Amino acid sequence: MLSDWLFIGLMLVIAPIFPIGAILIPRILAPKKPSPLKSQTYECGIETVGDTWVQFKAQYYNFALVFLVFDVEIVFLFPWAVAFNQLPLYGVIVGILFIEVLVIGLIYAWRKGILEWF
Amino acid sequence: MADPVTFIGQWLESILAGWGLSSEWISVIMAALGVVVLAAAVLLVDIFLVWVERKVVARFQDRLGPNRLGPFGLFQPIADVIKLLLKEDITPQGADKFVYNLAPILALATVILLWAVIPIAVTVVGSTINVGALYIVAVGAIGTLGIIMAGWASNNKYALLGAFRMVAQMISYEVPMVIAILIPVILAKSMSLADIVQSQSVWYIVLAPIAAVVFLIGAQAELGRAPFDLSEAESEIVAGFHIEYTGMKFGLFYAGELLHALTFGGLFATFFLGGWRGWGAETYPILGIGYFFIKAMFMYWVIMWIKYSFPRVRIDQMLNFCWKFLTPLILTVLSITAILDKLMSGVPYWVYVLVMLFSNLVILYFVYQAVGRYARKERQKVADPEKVKVNFRVRSSTSSQAS
Repeated sequence: MLSDWLFIGLMLVIAPIFPIGAILIPRILAPKKPSPLKSQTYECGIETVGDTWVQFKAQYYNFALVFLVFDVEIVFLFPWAVAFNQLPLYGVIVGILFIEVLVIGLIYAWRKGILEWF
Repeated sequence: MADPVTFIGQWLESILAGWGLSSEWISVIMAALGVVVLAAAVLLVDIFLVWVERKVVARFQDRLGPNRLGPFGLFQPIADVIKLLLKEDITPQGADKFVYNLAPILALATVILLWAVIPIAVTVVGSTINVGALYIVAVGAIGTLGIIMAGWASNNKYALLGAFRMVAQMISYEVPMVIAILIPVILAKSMSLADIVQSQSVWYIVLAPIAAVVFLIGAQAELGRAPFDLSEAESEIVAGFHIEYTGMKFGLFYAGELLHALTFGGLFATFFLGGWRGWGAETYPILGIGYFFIKAMFMYWVIMWIKYSFPRVRIDQMLNFCWKFLTPLILTVLSITAILDKLMSGVPYWVYVLVMLFSNLVILYFVYQAVGRYARKERQKVADPEKVKVNFRVRSSTSSQAS
């Protein structure tokens, strides 16, 4: 069991080394002739106007909130799914009621127009 | 000699023991060797995926594809890698340098990390942790972080818009996809991917076809491939979140996307197609590697097939399809699967399989009816222009109120 997590830990350390190496090799091999014109922001050949970090649609925020609710729900459902064999029928029904409460939440968000994209 | 991988492992262990190392150090060195071999093998496959992708898209579009370098153009990806290594690396002005450089590293490293828990054969598996499915979900979510980092740090409006679209899409489709993963977990009663494969004496695509299709659609959206390629809409925001990346940093995003597609093929094979299972795979694990890669490459090919056959959808259609169709559908399937699984705890396995399949088909019938009704309503809207005008006026008045 411990050696399994050792493998994951070593993977966390070693996996980024490959992409980091791939970024470092061009530092030696690639030509380097920087110029102010070259490093300008690309925008269809027209000079960029104003700040980059523009205001964005509030709907993205709404969807992120709905996602957050469901993501937390799923994390609770994983242990429920694993302990399935030990659960009585009552436990399964309670788990399903938990899902249905969130379905009601989804219907509420739907009716309130949170899921619309204007 | 039935199992060369275990044989080589034991041979190396005996050599290390001969050098007088303690058993803890031997396990650390063996794990490190395993990680390096696994990551190197995955990246080697990744390089040739460039060739596979280009060759397959060429066939779909009635072209030849790369055929100049080496037999069947096999050396083309190697030439591509050398070219990318020799390209000048441009950092745009005003970019947040640390985050800008970290994003492509995350994009590729997280995909390599996913392979740590995927069982490639009965003895060839990086780590058999008992929370494998949760690990897949958690590590897969870091990829989303890499995309928003790339879009934010590039100091480019197109990159920022592309990143927002991509993240909205990825987090939305993560919900049905993760619930689709829950269904094999319920059927196998374990989150360990090795156990999920072991318990598939009948492939789970037979027991849970709807979950398999939802997982495939979710994978397509997570990858940002057509019909969900809104983040790379060339006519609107050019290349999306990686527009300012050049040279090898762009190459890392590209390699990450291709490898992610193969990883989803492998995950689909593990969850629904029985992973390495096949004739003689238990006694000869080397066959299991072959079965696994055939299944994974087949699903990768299906993902490419969908990508090159479908037009792009609009962002509101994309989000509606996820939240108003896929999420309620998969929650229904999850509830019914859970109840049926509990009620049929004593019945023979073939009855269990047939009832599961039949329940899926019944759900599919009702879904077909509901979708047909919706399509008829939409067609009526187009056929009756008066009605469409009224709808348009109502919608514009509500949107003006909202803003």
